[in-house]
Amino acid sequence: MTALLPRRGLAQILALIVILAVDRVVSPQFFDLRLQDGRLFGSLIDVLNRGTPVALLSLGMVLVIATRGIDLSVGAVMAICGAIAASLADSHGLPVVLAAALGAGLVCGLWNGFLVAVLGMQPIVATLILMVAGRGIAQLITEGRIVTFTSPDLVWLGNGAILGVPVPVAIALGMLILTGAVVRGSALGLLIEATGGNARASELAGVGTRAMILAVYVWCGVCAALAGVIAAADIMGADANNAGLWLELDAILAVVIGGTSLFGGRFSLILAVLGALIIQTMNTGILLSGYPPEFNLLVKAVVVLAVLLLQSPKLSGFAGIMARLRRTKP
Amino acid sequence: MENSLDPAPPLLEVRGISKSFGAVRALQEVDFTLRAGEIHALLGENGAGKSTLIKVVTGVFPRDAGVVRLGGEEVAPRSAKAALQAGIATVYQEVNLLPNLSVAQNLFLDRQPMRFGIVREGEMRRRANALLTEFGLDIDVAAPLGNYSVAIQHVTAIARAVDLSARVLILDEPTASLDRHEVEILFGIMRQLARRGIGIVFVSHFLDQVYEISDRITVLRNGRLVGERETASLPRLELIRMMLGRELAETTSARAAASEPKAREICASFENYGKAGYVAPFNLELRHGEVVGLAGLLGSGRTETARLVFGAERADGGQARVEGTSVRLQSPRDGVRHGFGYCPEERKTDGIVAELTVRENIVLALQAKRGLHRPLSRREQDELAARYVKMLDIRPPDPERPVGLLSGGNQQKVLLARWLATAPRLLVLDEPTRGIDVGAHAEIIRLIRELCDDGLALLVISSELDEIVTYSDRVIVLRDRAHVEELAGEAIDVTNILAAIAADGAAMQEARA
Repeated sequence: MTALLPRRGLAQILALIVILAVDRVVSPQFFDLRLQDGRLFGSLIDVLNRGTPVALLSLGMVLVIATRGIDLSVGAVMAICGAIAASLADSHGLPVVLAAALGAGLVCGLWNGFLVAVLGMQPIVATLILMVAGRGIAQLITEGRIVTFTSPDLVWLGNGAILGVPVPVAIALGMLILTGAVVRGSALGLLIEATGGNARASELAGVGTRAMILAVYVWCGVCAALAGVIAAADIMGADANNAGLWLELDAILAVVIGGTSLFGGRFSLILAVLGALIIQTMNTGILLSGYPPEFNLLVKAVVVLAVLLLQSPKLSGFAGIMARLRRTKP
Repeated sequence: MENSLDPAPPLLEVRGISKSFGAVRALQEVDFTLRAGEIHALLGENGAGKSTLIKVVTGVFPRDAGVVRLGGEEVAPRSAKAALQAGIATVYQEVNLLPNLSVAQNLFLDRQPMRFGIVREGEMRRRANALLTEFGLDIDVAAPLGNYSVAIQHVTAIARAVDLSARVLILDEPTASLDRHEVEILFGIMRQLARRGIGIVFVSHFLDQVYEISDRITVLRNGRLVGERETASLPRLELIRMMLGRELAETTSARAAASEPKAREICASFENYGKAGYVAPFNLELRHGEVVGLAGLLGSGRTETARLVFGAERADGGQARVEGTSVRLQSPRDGVRHGFGYCPEERKTDGIVAELTVRENIVLALQAKRGLHRPLSRREQDELAARYVKMLDIRPPDPERPVGLLSGGNQQKVLLARWLATAPRLLVLDEPTRGIDVGAHAEIIRLIRELCDDGLALLVISSELDEIVTYSDRVIVLRDRAHVEELAGEAIDVTNILAAIAADGAAMQEARA
């Protein structure tokens, strides 16, 4: 198993290295780091910092996808929770703000989980409801305006640093460790993988498949809430129209790049987060290169295709590609 | 036999067909002969090879060996579509039509009457009406097919097949979801088609219907041809014997003879337990160290009984007790909590989690029972896996192999291990030897007896009567979703079980109507 792990992540690590190398070519200062006012700066730090929302989303999304589900509402949940945090920030302390925002994310997750696990709706449809309605709810909270705030506590959450590390990065890392500890430290991981791999069989083996499904949507909602709070803290305001827009797709992409099948079953938290970093490294590289941002989408598509080809069982990874190349040579 | 002088070749001749899936031989040198204008019943229990035979003949599966001749000429269709073009049409139990399209569109799908590239709706409806009138059906052909009953959907599928110039019509369980009146309509159409010279293969597990409609019967068992008979001269008891019994080895219960009936403690009991429309209320006592066999034909209520006992299905009446204490069995979780285990018949869809490893599959039920907060450590998991891989001789002996890559017999052992790891008091096994190669077959049977000797209570379903006779202390016979007979001790033998299963079909007919 331990011998298997590096091989499982090989495609992703290789992809990240290649993209970093390309970034280094287009922007020679890419790996430069400097410390200023007790916080690290540089393109690498930027990648980590900007990648935080998608990384957080992918932590929840990977569990949902492992149960053979999907959550399209995470972008909208970000908007709702960002709006709540921004509206409360200047009148309440940070604990209240966080509790309210995360509580809202939890309720959103419960709603999705209820529709999927209890009512048996198809996940893509069930979460589409909140994806559409969520932005409306967020706009109601902000009353259609962009709500700004100045609360230093909340601003710190988006722009501060702990031991030089930006707070959002520290939070994402903490969430990765927490999720990993909960999922792999308890039996949750195995039971989630069993549920996603074969729900009927798992149910007959006594696994509470409904509870598993409910739990992963709730966790996905909480992760989205945290991402929403960080996004709001970053710009010191909540924009109900644009906060987290299309990020659900990036999160799904990150999970898929991380090698978790949309058909459920086996999942990897670390590789999902790595997937989020791959996406952000590309984004940042293209911004630095000076190419118009339109290129971003095309390049993203090409890289995604490449990573997926490497994982494709039909090609059976690298070996398959190499064997094919050799065979086609005269 | 009078046809042996007939110079014309039979309509459909299948000779020496073999087909294997991995190590499992689904068909072994099976012959099948269909004459023009006859209705020929193809019978056998689950896993006998009926579906495989149909799929091989119609080109859905490639065959390993054998020939198929249609009207004397060899055919080898590569797909269901090619078979249809050759003149062999199949209508499955689940009608393969499009419920959202109109009846007329379904009938002429892929061959709509066109003019200048535009479908002539009027012409299509007129022709659809004419076609269905032949079948005695007067319905609005412009309405979506899904608006009509399953019976009409079946007739539509048959009409489409016949209109595509089918010479051979294969009906796979066409009557399973029809009521008595609809069955009559379908039979009328079948007779009419047979008079036109079409050969009809009728697959069904309703023996009354087989006797009512068919001219001849071919029986398959475990992928082999058991025999072909004229329906009129084949007594019902003999037919069931062909379907279930091996070669009439009049084995008596080895267990009953070996150990005199001891007063064993009751492990679980069910009183008036049942569910409307599922299985009639039954009384059942399961004792420690005792194997109870459930015998009956396909659809007789064996699996239903097993699912009720385990809690996979909720009873709507009656009382369940475990070790004397009354309990509620609402879900598999309840069953597991009370120390029950259940190895379902459909291993792949209901049993294994294919992509997880042997180890993970083995610990799954125990982990679910312990709950989230008490995870089995990796070391405990490794120990459990190693112990059961050794004890049950699971091959290859690699606990980290995805279970989907194992053979059927070894998958079955993994499922047994999954439940043994929970230290159950009652194990329910549904067709534990189905689709398993011969070696593993004997091993599983040996295991069943060993487990029983260790004090486990077992409830075992099997279509193999001599198998049931070998290991059962008591045998409960089911018929038409009700427990009808209980045999114990000396009374357990193949003849008695067959007699109980075959007991006059008149009662069955009434029950269905």
